[in-house]
Amino acid sequence: MKWDEFFVTGEPLIYGAMVSIVLVSLAILFGLTYYKKWGYLWREWLTTVDHKKIGVMYIICALIMLFRGGVDAIMMRAQTAAPDMKFLDGQHYNEVFTTHGVIMILFMAMPFIFGLMNVVVPLQIGARDVAFPKLNAISFWLFFAGAMLFNISFVIGGSPDAGWTAYFPLASIEFSPTVGNNYYSLALQISGIGTLLTGVNFIVTILKMRAKGMTLMRMPMFTWSVLITCVIIIFAFPVLTIALLLMMFDRIFGSQFFTMANGGMDMLWANLFWVWGHPEVYIVILPAFGIFSEIISAFSRKNLYGYSSMVASMVVISGLSFLVWAHHFYTMGQGAMVNGFFSITTMAIAVPTGVKIFNWLFTLHKGRISFTTPMLYSLAFIPIFTIGGVTGVMLAMASADYQYHNTMFLVAHFHYVLIPGAVFAVIAGFHYWFPKVFGFRLNEKLGKTAFWFIAISFNVTFFPLFFLGLMGMTRRTYTYSAETGFGPLNMLSMVGAIGLAIGFILLVYNIYWSTRYQPRDKTGDPWDARSLEWSTPSPVPVYNFAVAPEVKGRDAFWFSKKNNEPLSNEKITKIHMPSNTGKPFILGIAFFFLGFFLVFSWWIPSIIAGIAVLIILATMSFDRDHGYYIPVEEIVQTEQKLRGDTV
Amino acid sequence: MLKQLFPIKHVAGYISSLVLSAVALVVLLDIPAGSKMAILLVTAVLQAAVQLMLFMHVGESEDKKSVYINIAYALFVALVTILGTLFIFVWGWYS
Repeated sequence: MKWDEFFVTGEPLIYGAMVSIVLVSLAILFGLTYYKKWGYLWREWLTTVDHKKIGVMYIICALIMLFRGGVDAIMMRAQTAAPDMKFLDGQHYNEVFTTHGVIMILFMAMPFIFGLMNVVVPLQIGARDVAFPKLNAISFWLFFAGAMLFNISFVIGGSPDAGWTAYFPLASIEFSPTVGNNYYSLALQISGIGTLLTGVNFIVTILKMRAKGMTLMRMPMFTWSVLITCVIIIFAFPVLTIALLLMMFDRIFGSQFFTMANGGMDMLWANLFWVWGHPEVYIVILPAFGIFSEIISAFSRKNLYGYSSMVASMVVISGLSFLVWAHHFYTMGQGAMVNGFFSITTMAIAVPTGVKIFNWLFTLHKGRISFTTPMLYSLAFIPIFTIGGVTGVMLAMASADYQYHNTMFLVAHFHYVLIPGAVFAVIAGFHYWFPKVFGFRLNEKLGKTAFWFIAISFNVTFFPLFFLGLMGMTRRTYTYSAETGFGPLNMLSMVGAIGLAIGFILLVYNIYWSTRYQPRDKTGDPWDARSLEWSTPSPVPVYNFAVAPEVKGRDAFWFSKKNNEPLSNEKITKIHMPSNTGKPFILGIAFFFLGFFLVFSWWIPSIIAGIAVLIILATMSFDRDHGYYIPVEEIVQTEQKLRGDTV
Repeated sequence: MLKQLFPIKHVAGYISSLVLSAVALVVLLDIPAGSKMAILLVTAVLQAAVQLMLFMHVGESEDKKSVYINIAYALFVALVTILGTLFIFVWGWYS
């Protein structure tokens, strides 16, 4: 292989990216050395098993990936803003929309949700960490290895270019001969292992580590949504694992699972992809529903309306989510009987979702509503998501779908579902739980300005796409002529995209501004909220709860505040905590190199990296580390420092 | 004491899983495809039962209920995936 095949060449934009990657890496290395932060980075972050820090790292990665995916989106909008644009060529455009999709779903939405889940769930159920803290660190570093592997593809070897769905036969070695889709199969595989482990970890945590008295039906709604999500994860992700494995065999080892010759079946990829892919949509959106439930209830000063129906509708959604996948390929060639069946199941899933929408509205009804930034995102979510849902029912009708299929109408629909459903939710949750982790709130004025930019620009960007789709503009087209008449609406959409970019820049600026100037919160409960996480001081000490809380009903912390009853009368005793370990980080590095060498089919290095992975795993199973104890005096001191004299 | 030295359940499980694996090799013989599938199906179900009962102790924890619910859900997803795929590509395929 020659050097000009190894690096992507010939694109000024990518040369720019290479230079900036080198400069940023050098700046980070220099900064760490100059400020002598290497030890701090290693001790406090790279080796940590603390669920809160792992959560923070997930969220930082998600924000960086949001930026990366956002730049992809702006590039696509710029290319299609006017007829016959010459900003990107067809190949580059293909790579950009592919990475935009993969990154936004798998490396932005999911890690953002995992981040919030990591920070919040143990606190909400009154636990001191997750069930398997070391496994949690492994999950994070595998996700990180996968994400980095996927991201270097655009400078080394070329990005995947067959869409985020990577349909065969296009994604086969015959039609996509570059290494791009090898990156796809391996990066998703590696981060997928991490996701699966997170699923297992949180199911055990929620089932086994709840505070005394917290029955399943007393759990906060976010914890419920995470439990259901994790169940979907452990049943949906194995399908993706197998599909990606077969894809890897087809592309790297010359097998014929998805080829059109020799008994292969190209359509089986689409089938397996969506058997995972549709539940994946609910993996992203159910925790979002949980976040909105928490926020709407907290800022309406009311308990959540219809708690049991909220739980029941999530259980029904989790079951139905496995019964609808064929609606992603109505036009593939199966008969009316099949399409009819999947039409009905798809429409049925709107029913439990509708139940949830009404429950939120009834929670708001007669509530004492305060319009904070997280509440604004939650309120905007309801109408915007409903537009997404209703257009979803339109798409669910198989006969009508022959008209909408693969048009911008579909693109508009899923952005109308995923942006309010996932992005608004994680941003709302980010604002809501930020003071818990860092001890100060984000600035409300900046937050609200960012909100209005994002909410309005979102509609300006994506509403025109409904009409473009109905006019016949297909998705993934990189150029069109002026006679089509697509120009003006695309230009409008570009304007919206710039507004969205401004909104997200404001959001990041708000983090910077608030870090410097926001007043510090001394109470630990700045929103006057309802669930257990707010009973801890902010920022949360490493052991979470000085004494394990005891719960007598739903919204336990709220009633303990109202009735002036402490959550526990126990004395402080020494606390058992897991010790830090560097092995998960090293495992992540080994997996990264294993993936990278396999992408290029460099066998000897791959085998060496594979053996390294096995050795690290083996040493981990012989670890005899029983953790450490925090003595009582230290706990008392910490609590006094964080809470003042109340202890 | 003897029970600790010779865990009969585990040994029985070990031997039966070996036997079941060996029996599954019958499909390499020249027999009709239908009986091959039948043999594979029966040995696979028995094998899964042995693994779950004897090695993973499903019935022995306090919250068996959630374990059984999870297994039932796994079966549901597996059957839906397999039967659904057959439904799409074989039984309901338009030709």
